Amino acid sequence: MSLFSAENKEAFVSPLNLNNPVAVQVLGICSALAVTSQLEPAIVMGLSVTVITAFANVIIALLRKTIPNRIRIIIQLVVVAALVTIVSMVLKAFAYDVSVQLSVYVGLIITNCILMGRLEAFAMQNGPWESFLDGIGNGLGYAFVLVVVGTIRELLGSGSLLGFRIIPEAAYECGYMNNGMMTMPAMALILVGCFIWAHRAINKEDK
Amino acid sequence: MNALRKYIDSIKPNFEEGGKLHALRSVFDGFETFLFVPNTTSKSGVNVHDAIDSKRIMSFVVIALVPALLFGMYNVGYQNAAAAGKLAEATFWGMFFYGFLAVLPKILVSYIVGLGIEFVVAQWKNEEIQEGYLVSGIIIPLIVPIGCPLWILAIACAFSVIFAKEIFGGTGMNIFNVALITRAFLFFSYPAAMSGDAVWVATDQIFGLGYQLADGFTMATPLGEVAAGAAPASCICTQIIGLIPGSIGETSVIAIALGGLLLLWTGVASWKTMLSVFIGGALTAYLFNSLGMEGNMAATMPWYQHLVLGGFAFGAVFMATDPVTSARTECGKWVYGFLIGVVAITVRVLNPGYPEGMMLAILLMNVFAALIDYYVVDANISRRAKRAIKKQ
Repeated sequence: MSLFSAENKEAFVSPLNLNNPVAVQVLGICSALAVTSQLEPAIVMGLSVTVITAFANVIIALLRKTIPNRIRIIIQLVVVAALVTIVSMVLKAFAYDVSVQLSVYVGLIITNCILMGRLEAFAMQNGPWESFLDGIGNGLGYAFVLVVVGTIRELLGSGSLLGFRIIPEAAYECGYMNNGMMTMPAMALILVGCFIWAHRAINKEDK
Repeated sequence: MNALRKYIDSIKPNFEEGGKLHALRSVFDGFETFLFVPNTTSKSGVNVHDAIDSKRIMSFVVIALVPALLFGMYNVGYQNAAAAGKLAEATFWGMFFYGFLAVLPKILVSYIVGLGIEFVVAQWKNEEIQEGYLVSGIIIPLIVPIGCPLWILAIACAFSVIFAKEIFGGTGMNIFNVALITRAFLFFSYPAAMSGDAVWVATDQIFGLGYQLADGFTMATPLGEVAAGAAPASCICTQIIGLIPGSIGETSVIAIALGGLLLLWTGVASWKTMLSVFIGGALTAYLFNSLGMEGNMAATMPWYQHLVLGGFAFGAVFMATDPVTSARTECGKWVYGFLIGVVAITVRVLNPGYPEGMMLAILLMNVFAALIDYYVVDANISRRAKRAIKKQ
């Protein structure tokens, strides 16, 4: 089988849109609400999940024939936990501010439903290369939703993007105000709902 | 009336299938059924129709809100004159017209945005216009402070009509009171424009009416003073009449009572819900009084004053009794209303961050209304089942 056969492409592309882990499978909502009040932690969180999903998928796919079926969840958890610890330490070393902002949510990637879902549903049945593509696809699909929600929330809630002021000072002098609710998780839930709404409206014909 | 009927009949063909204004049919239909009770009946099945339809019920609520609205307009002018220290020279009509001009844009924004969305949705889904926004649209300006900017009011109206109403299926299907969601959205999104001490008095001249106040003028509501730990400056008579700073329509207990009487007399609102809100609030406030929590002004304030101040009376009369979002069983209404009163006073007393708890109390109980009904119906079923078993 070639490296970029139709099936492999499918494994990579489908979670980006038609089988998006957040918008379609409605997984990983908790962290999507918690870390998206600003764009920067949303991007870092999305990338961390992408890296962890991809490599956990590869490791489990390599081990899949030797893992006894009855203890597979424990083994998956050990692999994920090891990767999460590595990512968490890398973040602390090279992006300390963001890791403080993300606080417990980096550690909680272990419990992210997307990860366990991909390991169980894909990596246990497929080879390492397909699993790698699948992990990257799912991670990016998740990251995409986080970035969209994080952009809207930071723009309307703080008037900035990645910490740079976007809405000019003149607008504030004319009476414009930041929307405080955008910085609360409640609004993130509504925004994720809107994202799902728009996603289903666009993809109606494909169903 | 006949002339109006004839005129409506004469323009009707324009809006029917093939007419040139067919695109606006839902708008026309909405106005026609608002002005005249439709004389169509259902064609299949057995139906019992009340003589009064929901558009007429809504009209009664709007009429009941008029005293609070008019008094609110007067009070806006009065507060402005009082803050300028020019009460002696201000005339009644001068203050009223000032308030009228200050409040009118809010009413217009609320109706234009809310009804605009309703019309678009009705047209899009090919349905009739739903009448629910008639009442919400007039309540919304009454429960915001006068200093609330129009553009955020417009955003909040749009938000609540779409997210509190249309996505649940429109009028009659909403879980939360639409007007209160508007207020909650404003309150949490733009706290600077909805609470604090700077928003309760109109500070600008309008067309030469009223008085220009200094920049940064502040004036606390009585509940704001209480939350800050001071006794309210105004006496209880002024608070009952309503000449105190506050949201536009909520200050006067007398005007609200007039509207409440109309609602009770026409049977539009449930007296059980209304009464039990007051009972719950009074008992809770009395309980806090007797606990003797020194240093907490809201706990030591006399219990009857709690019922007079802030949005308590307005919420009890016009919003707790909302037939869509309140409990529907007769026993359930007692529980529902009582708990609203309890939660409202508890929030006021125990949460220093929120001087007023009525909005949060009603929204919270909106969530539980269906659960209360479920248990009331369930209890009734098991009671009757027991009785049937005994007879055998």
